[in-house]
Amino acid sequence: MTGAELLAGALPSIRALMVIGIVLLEAVTLYVGYGAIEGAVGPTVLDRLADTR
Amino acid sequence: MIEAAVTTVLLGLGPEVFGLFVAFGFMIGVFFGFFGMGGSFLVTPALLILGHPAPVAIGSSMAFVFGTAAIATMKHHDAGQVDYKLGALMFVGIALGIELGSRLVFGLEVLGIANVVIGVAYVLLLAAIGALFTRSALDDDGDDGGTGTNTEGDGDDGSGDDEVPAIARRIQSYEIPPMMTLADGSRASLWTISGVGGGVGLVSGFLGVGGGFVRMPAIYYVIGTSLAAAVGTSLFGGLMSGAVGAFTYGRAGVIDLGIVTALLVGSALGARIGSSATAYVDEDDVTIYFGLMLLVASAAVGIGELASWLAMPVLDRLSFVLLIGSALLVCLAILYHGALAVRRTRRAPNLARGRE
Repeated sequence: MTGAELLAGALPSIRALMVIGIVLLEAVTLYVGYGAIEGAVGPTVLDRLADTR
Repeated sequence: MIEAAVTTVLLGLGPEVFGLFVAFGFMIGVFFGFFGMGGSFLVTPALLILGHPAPVAIGSSMAFVFGTAAIATMKHHDAGQVDYKLGALMFVGIALGIELGSRLVFGLEVLGIANVVIGVAYVLLLAAIGALFTRSALDDDGDDGGTGTNTEGDGDDGSGDDEVPAIARRIQSYEIPPMMTLADGSRASLWTISGVGGGVGLVSGFLGVGGGFVRMPAIYYVIGTSLAAAVGTSLFGGLMSGAVGAFTYGRAGVIDLGIVTALLVGSALGARIGSSATAYVDEDDVTIYFGLMLLVASAAVGIGELASWLAMPVLDRLSFVLLIGSALLVCLAILYHGALAVRRTRRAPNLARGRE
């Protein structure tokens, strides 16, 4: 689904800025989300990795 | 009905294709986090092979580079490995270089030799940078026997002279004003910074790539920062270049948000693991992985050029398999090496705790 299909009717520059905004929002959400997961299970995973023979 | 709903939720992609892009994004993310590069020169050819039109492939690749660079920059920011001042100073040169590079392409197109010149330049550049990094890593192995020091950043790293290559120290010794102070306290001429930015931009505009594989070595070898800071600052540069590219292609409405989203879901995880691995894995190993992958990529691009020259599609497929296969192997090597390093690093304290 391209920006043109998703944001039909919007001015080209507005469409471009909205696409950049959506990608940035996704990036921040994923960074924070994966960060929370890493904080919750990261140390356990690393300890398991260290204990694996 | 349900299938249509799933396709809509996945922004126009079917679940299998979405999963494929997530896995591909993961691999790219590991590269981005670990090396500070590896986006567009892998994503664009892959999308073209999958049958997407060139503007969609390039535009989506640019938007993806922007998103992944944003994620990886945030991660390196947390580790204090991004020199924002250096990145901003370079950006002016990068923007001018991109403009000059694209004009050069249009000029060569008028002469009818653009494809050949760009193809040969791509192969030579990848081979030269790959050879430089591989030789540097092998020399370092000979010098210190691979002591296992890592690039863990605490915000002030990179100040150690032994982290800056000899060639960069020599360039820094020519004090041509105005001199700029970098985040790690070292100094570089604004002319050097602008020259590197302009050169990197020229290559980006000329070859139509994000330019991380040139930007990161240029910061490391010419401006002279630690490898960790070069990776972090290069990512910040990628973020700015990606934003410009995404805006340009976004105006044309050709960015496929489904592809970008799927790639980002995978790359966000991969980038997190890749940048965490730089804190554990030996810096010399980083260098040699980077060098070897670029050498294989050079061969792959060369074979791709031969494919169109000899009109042999089988060589095109071989080129694609080499490009993706070598990237996958190096990605697996990073994960394996990272896991071993984690075990080595964390086992000692665990054993000590066990004895108590």
